Amino acid sequence: MGELGYLAVLSSLFVPLVGTLAVGFIDRNQKKAIQWTTLVFSLISFVLSLPLLTSFNLSDSGFQFEINKVWIASLGVGFHLGVDGMSALLVVLTTLIMPIAIFSSFDAINKREKEYYAMLLFLQFGMTGVFLALDTFLFYVFWELILIPMYFLIGIWGGQDRIYAAVKFFLYTVVGSLLMLVAIVWLGYYAQQNAGGFTADIVKLREIAPTIPSHIQQWMFLAFALSFCIKVPLFPLHTWLPDAHVQAPTAGSVILAGILLKLGTYGLIRFNLELFPQASVTFAPILSTLAVIGIIYGALVAIVQTDVKKLVAYSSVSHLGFVVLGIFSMNQEGVQGAIIQMINHGLSTPMLFLCVGVIYERRHTRDISEFGGLTSVMPRFCVLFAIAMFASVGLPGLNGFVGEYLTLVGAFQSPYLHSWWYAILSATGVIFAAVYLLWMFQRVMFGTNDNPKNHSLQDVTRNEMATLIPLVILIVWLGVYPQSFMKYSAQSTKSVVEKIHKHHQGTMQASR
Amino acid sequence: MGMDFLTSAPIVLISFLSVLCIVVDALTPKSERITFYFAGFSMLAAMLMAAFTMPNTGTAFNGMITTGGVATFFDILFCMGGLLTLFAARPYILRENVEHDEFYTLILYAVAGMMVIAHAHNLLITFIGIEIMSVSFYVLAGYFRSNTKSVESALKYFLLGAFATGFLVFGMSFLYGSTGTLDYTVMANNIQSGMINFPMLLSVGTGLLIVGLSFKMAAFPFHQWVPDVYEGAPTVVTGFMSTAGKAASVSALMPIAYAIIGESGHQVAGLLAIIAAGTMLVGNISAVVQQNIKRMLAYSSVAHAGYILMGFVANNEKGMTGIVYYVTAYLFMQLGAFVLVSLIERNIDKQLELRDYAGLSKKHPVIAALMAFFMFSLAGIPPMAGFFGKYYLFIAAIESGYTWLTIVAVISSMISVYFYIGLVVQMYFKDAEGEGIDAHQPGLAGLTLTVATFFVIALGIMPSTVEQIARSFFK
Repeated sequence: MGELGYLAVLSSLFVPLVGTLAVGFIDRNQKKAIQWTTLVFSLISFVLSLPLLTSFNLSDSGFQFEINKVWIASLGVGFHLGVDGMSALLVVLTTLIMPIAIFSSFDAINKREKEYYAMLLFLQFGMTGVFLALDTFLFYVFWELILIPMYFLIGIWGGQDRIYAAVKFFLYTVVGSLLMLVAIVWLGYYAQQNAGGFTADIVKLREIAPTIPSHIQQWMFLAFALSFCIKVPLFPLHTWLPDAHVQAPTAGSVILAGILLKLGTYGLIRFNLELFPQASVTFAPILSTLAVIGIIYGALVAIVQTDVKKLVAYSSVSHLGFVVLGIFSMNQEGVQGAIIQMINHGLSTPMLFLCVGVIYERRHTRDISEFGGLTSVMPRFCVLFAIAMFASVGLPGLNGFVGEYLTLVGAFQSPYLHSWWYAILSATGVIFAAVYLLWMFQRVMFGTNDNPKNHSLQDVTRNEMATLIPLVILIVWLGVYPQSFMKYSAQSTKSVVEKIHKHHQGTMQASR
Repeated sequence: MGMDFLTSAPIVLISFLSVLCIVVDALTPKSERITFYFAGFSMLAAMLMAAFTMPNTGTAFNGMITTGGVATFFDILFCMGGLLTLFAARPYILRENVEHDEFYTLILYAVAGMMVIAHAHNLLITFIGIEIMSVSFYVLAGYFRSNTKSVESALKYFLLGAFATGFLVFGMSFLYGSTGTLDYTVMANNIQSGMINFPMLLSVGTGLLIVGLSFKMAAFPFHQWVPDVYEGAPTVVTGFMSTAGKAASVSALMPIAYAIIGESGHQVAGLLAIIAAGTMLVGNISAVVQQNIKRMLAYSSVAHAGYILMGFVANNEKGMTGIVYYVTAYLFMQLGAFVLVSLIERNIDKQLELRDYAGLSKKHPVIAALMAFFMFSLAGIPPMAGFFGKYYLFIAAIESGYTWLTIVAVISSMISVYFYIGLVVQMYFKDAEGEGIDAHQPGLAGLTLTVATFFVIALGIMPSTVEQIARSFFK
């Protein structure tokens, strides 16, 4: 069984790259061929990535299916891939969301299809790479690689102010990541000074980095955290997100919300918690406070939005706040909750964006006041939209509830946060979520259908159903039986939490 | 003596062939084609010779010239740059109806001068090399003699360049006065063992030398000539000057840094650090506001000199390796960008504004994609070659304790991203006004672009190949 896992690691990374090249060789007028080739490649990578979960050894807390080839010997850089429970889940989430995003673009994208689909596959290559990389250098390469296709996706196929949004997205991300680069270099240098050789290997750095003196560890922590918090995005670094979301095409928003934002929270766990346990304890209250502010602020701003897409974008700021709060609770419930919340948000928000896409395709507007009473003309759509909306609200029985509940429990019990207020204040975010989502839903779907333009709208087509139904199934599955997903990350989370605890105890004793 | 000719074969060969080139040129009427091929094959031959003599490290001709090692690596680089320029230049000057055989000869001369610089083991030889190179450049910059901008560029370059050369010679004389020698090894030994007169003279001499080389390298605060000269000079020549020319100045500073700066310690490193920081910041910030693409690339070339200087500040094994790697990567990406500019340029100085590039990706998807590719590489986005160069130099600077310089480099890199992707915005996201612009058929320049693209990808994905070779020189 193990061999299948290795195959899954390689194929989920390289199948999209091969697909990019394949699309490059198709004549640009063969639009159907381009679309279907892209879809087939993304489906292949999805199927081939499944052994990451099926062959996964649940009792192992380390990395599995590791592939390690020397890349740049003198700098200890290796082409090192592998997964633990968290990254296995996120890789499969990526390979799942991509075919959906691709299929949803078939009707929506009508210019320069060749570049568009090549960019999508290339983007998938970069994102899987980030989740699979076990080498800081390799990680950084993939991290930056994502920028290029995303930048073009927003800039070429986006809405009115796409150029502004694309440049803003690019600059925000680069500013964060370059400081991370300095920190990565510094880590390698520290390893050379103290562990006998320059290295970029994450597995080695996990042993070395926690021994860094705490005042330097704090700087390292901040350099990494800045980059990841921009990506998450954590308040007050979130301002690029609504612009990017509103301007991006539907598939772009789906990928952005479904996967790209998780890169940030993934990084926070993989690097900040695992490499700098002491600094994590030091900064946990600050980052948690920002997370709480983000939860409430995102929700409040979402309430007053008139653009449905912008509303969903701000709801992401709020939801990702829960993830960050869970991560910096740094106990089993919190971190597990954060991971499951990442998956949840990666399912329900893409679905919301797809639903927004459905009405946008029909009316070419997203202004809430333009709609009303759509239930009467689009009954099936109403049901699907409602499921997405309730999943996002956190209705028990659907996926959103599990994650939010666990992160709140985590924050409540966290030994590092020392206050109930984090949990209590964030809980209001759940209430606000109900307010802005239900109110939006009511204004769009219910009431009287008095706008003549809305009288003859077509209900969801079969193609649109095909993109939405898989998400519905997973949303319900996760809501009813979350354990079938949470079991993957349980062991790795446990080891992270214990490690932080151990280092914390160590410093407490040292200071005594 | 016979052995000397063998071990220093590349430089002997190129000197002989470049003199022969004039003779051939004079003897054959209408000889543009012949000169083109002659220059091309000369560089190719020198390149092969350099590859063969790379392991024979040592000195030749009474310690005047170093052989093998990093000098031969630079030889290969210069010949490569020369060849790529040659391929791109032919269709360019044919289009502009100004093909004269001197053009090819001058490029060959410039390459010969650069190789002399790389091989110098004596300050005088360095000086001779710099002069051969610079004089060829002065003429090449003014090659479009009916274009006032080109002439202005040549004149400016010549006057300021001559002034800078004065500093260089002045500095050398001071060093001679203080150490009693012009030989790098002897000089380093004398400084190390304290056998120097007037220590003050040594510092002043080193300072003047740095001023002179900073000018040649286009480093702050001696960079003001760069935008005007680069804008006025024929585009392909600009590409050549800003890549191979810069590499040559770097190779001149290399033995000096090793022999003199390495010994006189922290003071000079601090001075270089300030120059490097200033160069990066001024270059990148000025590039942001440029509207003309040649000026923008000129300022970006200033900024890249700053990154390279970081390696000299570190002055250790990693620093030197990083410099060699960076110069190699930079040669291909910057030259590629300039060649693309030359394809789009019309009637010498039309269609050079950034806004002219609007909507290019629709009409010329390949050219736009390549331009975007070189821009991302220049901005240091992985996996292109430019990224690894920066990574390596950052490591070098941090290792020698210059974390603040690394942070400055990072900040200036952030600034640089803005204008590099600004061009991409024009090409991909904006729509052309009216018809949009036409590009020329690349012809032979296509070869240059293919090679440059290949190396930018290969160096980015497999950095260890060049890195290992480069590192072996500095063990």
